[in-house]
Amino acid sequence: MKKLLLSSVIVLIGFTFIGRLSYLQLFRFSPDQILDDPAIKKVYDYPERGYIYDRDGKLLVGNQPAYDVMVIPREVKPLDTLEFCGLLGIEKGEFLSKMEKARVYSPRLPSVLVPQLSKEDYAKLQEKMRHYNGFYIQKRSLRYYNTKSAANVLGYISEVNEWDLKNNPYYVAGELKGRTGIEQQYEEILRGQKGVKHIQKDRFNRDIGPYKEGKLDTLPQQGKEIHITLDKTLQEYGEKLMHGKRGGIVAIEPKSGEILAMISGPTYDPALLVGRERSKNYSKLHYDTISKPTWDRSILAQPSPGSPFKTLNALIGLQEGVINEDTKIRCYHGFYVGNTLRGCHCGGGVRDLNSGIYQSCNAYFAGVFRKIFDKYNTTDKGMDVWEKHMKSFGLGGYLGTDLPTGAPGRIPDVAYYDKWYGDGRWAASTIISNSIGQGEIAATPLQLANMTAAIANRGYFYTPHIIKSIGNNGKIDPKYTEPNYTTIDRKHFDPVIEGMANVYNYGTARWVKIPGIDIAGKTGTVENYIRIDGERMQLTDHSVFVAFAPVENPQIALAVYIENGYYGSRYAGHIASLLIEKYIKGEITRTDLEKRMLEKTLEHEYAKPYSGEPFKINEYVW
Amino acid sequence: MSGRGPFGRLDWISVILYALLVFIGWLNIYSTSVGDADTSIFDFSTLYGKQLFFMGVAFLGIIFVLFVESNFFERFSSIFYVVSIILLLGLFVFGKTIAGATSWYDLGFFNLQPSELAKVTTSLALAKFLSDIQTDIRTGKHQIYALIIILLPAILILPQPDPGSSLIYFSLFFVLFREGFPIYYLGILIFAVVLFATTLMFGTVWVSIGLIILTLLVYTFKKASVKIPLLPVLGVIVVSILFSLSVNFVFENVFEQRHRDRFALWLSLEKDEDKLDEIRKTIGYNTYQSEKAIESGGFTGKGFLEGTRTKGDFVPEQHTDYIFSSVGEEWGFLGTATVILLFSLFFLRLIYIAERQKSDFSRMYGYGVISILVFHYFINIGMVIGLLPTIGVPLPFFSYGGSGLIFFTMLLFIFLKLDSNRLKDGI
Repeated sequence: MKKLLLSSVIVLIGFTFIGRLSYLQLFRFSPDQILDDPAIKKVYDYPERGYIYDRDGKLLVGNQPAYDVMVIPREVKPLDTLEFCGLLGIEKGEFLSKMEKARVYSPRLPSVLVPQLSKEDYAKLQEKMRHYNGFYIQKRSLRYYNTKSAANVLGYISEVNEWDLKNNPYYVAGELKGRTGIEQQYEEILRGQKGVKHIQKDRFNRDIGPYKEGKLDTLPQQGKEIHITLDKTLQEYGEKLMHGKRGGIVAIEPKSGEILAMISGPTYDPALLVGRERSKNYSKLHYDTISKPTWDRSILAQPSPGSPFKTLNALIGLQEGVINEDTKIRCYHGFYVGNTLRGCHCGGGVRDLNSGIYQSCNAYFAGVFRKIFDKYNTTDKGMDVWEKHMKSFGLGGYLGTDLPTGAPGRIPDVAYYDKWYGDGRWAASTIISNSIGQGEIAATPLQLANMTAAIANRGYFYTPHIIKSIGNNGKIDPKYTEPNYTTIDRKHFDPVIEGMANVYNYGTARWVKIPGIDIAGKTGTVENYIRIDGERMQLTDHSVFVAFAPVENPQIALAVYIENGYYGSRYAGHIASLLIEKYIKGEITRTDLEKRMLEKTLEHEYAKPYSGEPFKINEYVW
Repeated sequence: MSGRGPFGRLDWISVILYALLVFIGWLNIYSTSVGDADTSIFDFSTLYGKQLFFMGVAFLGIIFVLFVESNFFERFSSIFYVVSIILLLGLFVFGKTIAGATSWYDLGFFNLQPSELAKVTTSLALAKFLSDIQTDIRTGKHQIYALIIILLPAILILPQPDPGSSLIYFSLFFVLFREGFPIYYLGILIFAVVLFATTLMFGTVWVSIGLIILTLLVYTFKKASVKIPLLPVLGVIVVSILFSLSVNFVFENVFEQRHRDRFALWLSLEKDEDKLDEIRKTIGYNTYQSEKAIESGGFTGKGFLEGTRTKGDFVPEQHTDYIFSSVGEEWGFLGTATVILLFSLFFLRLIYIAERQKSDFSRMYGYGVISILVFHYFINIGMVIGLLPTIGVPLPFFSYGGSGLIFFTMLLFIFLKLDSNRLKDGI
C-alpha cells in the first residue's frame, strides 16, 4: 500500500488531466473559433456602394468622399489647441471633451474626433496635419444625391443597430446599411462584399503583423449599380406639383408594370439624411407627426378609393351578366336604401353604363351592386364572388412589389361583415356604400394605379416594381415579367374604357382635357373624418383621380390622391393631366394651369382642424 | 563493467525524459517570447536566449553534482539545511522584491531564490533524519521532529508572500507516508478538503443530509457479518457537521474577498452571468484566458509559432506559470497529452529507481524529489487548465526562470548520482 500510494496518485492525476484536457480541447472546441479569436483583428476594406440610375440612365444616387479626423490619444503630443481647433472648426471646450471621451474609450485605439469634414475644411487641414502627432484623416464614402426628389423611394443608409447585428452576421458595429426604400430592398446588391484582412494583435489590441501571412484575407467585391424604373423628370415634376399638398401619386407603365413615379407629399431633400447634420434632420422629420414627411403616402396611405372604384363594379356587373351596356337605371338625385335617400351629384335622370361612369352616378352603381348580389341565392355567395373579382385586381392584399414597405388595403369579405354586424344580419343594401368606393374599402395609391393599369391593359397587370436592371446583364426577378390576369373577360373592358374616356369628353373632368392626347380617367371625391382629441369631425373631401393615356396603346396609368383636395377633378384631376402631358409630350402647353397647380397649397385646409375654431369644409376657394 | 567515471551507471531513461521536457519547455518559451525581428536564439536579451543560458548553467550544475562524491550530500545535509534556513531568514533583511514578493537575493548577474534551494536541502535533511538508525517515524516525538523539518521553511516562505512555494513543502509528507507515517492522516485531510468544497457548493444542510444518507446506505448494504460500531461513526458525523458549520464562518470572516473570488471561480459558485463576467476580467482573468487559449488549440493545435493568443500575450505569465497554456494552444490535445504522458512516465520511472535503492537515505531522498516535482506539476497544470484555484508555482523544467531550472536539475541529479552509486553503497 505505502509503496503504491505515490504511483497511484501520479496515475490518477494523469487521468484527471487528460480527462479535463479532452473536455476543453475536444468537447468544447469548435472549429470556427479561429474567427472569434480575440487575438485576431479583422480589418475591413469597404467597396464603393453601387450607384442608382433612373430608367433613362440618369444618375439619381452616387457617392461622395467625406473625411473623419481620427485620434489615437496615447500618441498625441502637446499641441497648439487653439490653432488646431480653428482648423477643425470646433470650440476648444468641445475639442477637450471629445479628446477625453476618446481617451476613456481607449488610449491605444483610434476614435473619431470630428466626423465628416467638408471638402473645404479637409483641404485646409490636409497640409497641416503632419504637425499634429496622434491625429490622422480617414476617408470614407457617403451617399451623394443628384436629385432633391424621391427621398422615400430611394431610402437612406445609416449605421447598423443592435438588431441588425444580432440578425445578420455580415454586419459589424459601425457599418452602414440601407434603411428604407431601394437602399434597403437592394442592400446586398448595392453594398457588394467587404474585403477582410486578418491582423494579429496583442492583448493591448495593438497590431503585430498579418495573421498567417494573409492566407485567409479576401478582396472586396464591388457593389453593383442598379437602374430603377422611375422617370427622374416625371418624379421631380410631380413633387413640384405636390408643393404644399399632402397625398400620394403613383404612375405605372401598364405594359410592363414599371413604376414611373412614386410621389408622396410632403417630402424632403434626401441629402438631409447625409453628413454631419443627419441625426438632427432625421429627428425633425421623424417627429413631425402631423405632416409625416417620412411616411410614404403613395404606398402606405389607405384611404377609401371613392368613385374610381365604380369602374370595377361596372366590370363585375358585365362579367356576371347582370347588366349590359344598355341597362338603364333611373337616378332620383340619389337612391334609396330602405326609406332613406342617399344623394347623387349627377343631375338625375335615366343612366346607362356610359353616362353612369362619366357622370359618376351613385344611383346607377348602387343598382349594379344590388344586381350582382341579386344573382345569387344568398348574400354570402354574392359577396364571395364580388370579393374574388375585386382581389383579382390586386386589391385587398399586398401586391408583392419590391419595396420594403407597403400596405394591404382592404376588400371586405363575408367574415368581415359577419364579425361587424353578425351572421345573416347584413345584406347588399347594408353595404351599398362599397358600390361607390366608400364604405369599408381601402386602397393605397399604388393599388389604385395598378388597378388602372389593369383596365388600361384590358384585363391583366404586371406586378408593379421599381427595379429595372441590376449591374450589366440586367436580369430581374421573373415574377415581375409575368402577367397577372383579372377575372374579367377582355371584351367587357371596352365599354367601361369608353365611359372613362367620356369623363374627359363630357363628364366630371371635361375641364382638364389635354389637347392631342386621349385620356381615360375617373374622378373620385372621398368623404373623410378624423378624430382629434377624441372629437370626430368631418374634413374637406379627399380629391382622387385615376387615369391612363393614350386610350389606345396606353403608356402611363396613374392614381393621384390629394388629402382634403375637395372634389376629384379639382386637384387630383389637374395634377394627373399635367403629369400625363409631361410624360407623353415632354412639355406643358397649358402653362396657366401649371402655374396655378405649382403655386396653390392646401396648408389652409390642413390647419383648419388644429385651429381650435369652428371651420367650414368643402369651400370653393380658388 | 561500465561503472567507471561519473556517467557510468546514470539512469539514461530518466536523463532522456528530463532532456525532452527541458527542450519542449524551451520551445514554448521561444514561442511565447519571440518577436517579429529575427534575432539569434543566443541573443541573451531575449527570454528564450536567457533560458538557453540557464540551461547551460544547469548543465554545469549536473557536471558538478556528478563529480562530487556521492556521500558528500548525505554527510553535509544538516549543514545545507541550516544554511538555507539562514538564507530564508536573511530575506527579511536583505531580500529583493520582485512582483510584490520578497523572495530573491540580488547577486548582480543573477537573482537567487533561496526557497528553490531550500526544496533541495529540506529533502536532503528529511532523508537524513528519517534514515538515522535511531529514528522511528511511528513514535509521536519523531513525527513532530519530521514535521518541524518540513514546516520550518514553509513557515518562513509564507510571509514573503509566496503561498505557492510554501505549499510545496507539504508534498514531503509523501516521504513520511512511504516510511510508515499513518496513511489515514491523508484520508482525513482529503475528507476535510471534500467537506470544505461541498459545503461551499451545497451548504451545511445538504452536506449533513448527504453524510447521514451515506452512513445509512453503508449500514443497509453491508454484510451482516461485518460489525461497524455505531458510536464512533456518530462521532465522525457530528465532528463533520461541526466542521462544515465552521467552513462558512471561516469563508466569510477569515478569508479575504480575493480568496473568496478564487474559490467562487474554482467551484463555479457564482451563477450570475454579469458577476461571472466581472470575475473573468479581474481575479479570474488568468484562468479564463488560459482555458480559452487551451480550448482554441483543439485536437492538433494551431501549430508552432501560430498560437494567436500566445503571440498576443493574452495569457499573463505565459512564459512562467502559464507556459502549459501555450502548449495547449499551439500543439493541441496531442501536445498536452504527450506532455502529461512524459511527466507521468518520468515520475513512475523515478519511483521505480527510488524503490530499487539499497540505502534508506537514497530512497527517502528520491521520494522527496518525486513528491516535490509531482506537487509542482499537479498544482501548476491543475491551475492552468482550471481544475485548481490560482496558486503560483512553476512547472518543473518547463517554466522560464533560472533558479527554478537550476535547482530542479540539481534536485534531480543528486538523486540520479545517488542511484548510480547504489551498488557501491551496498558493499
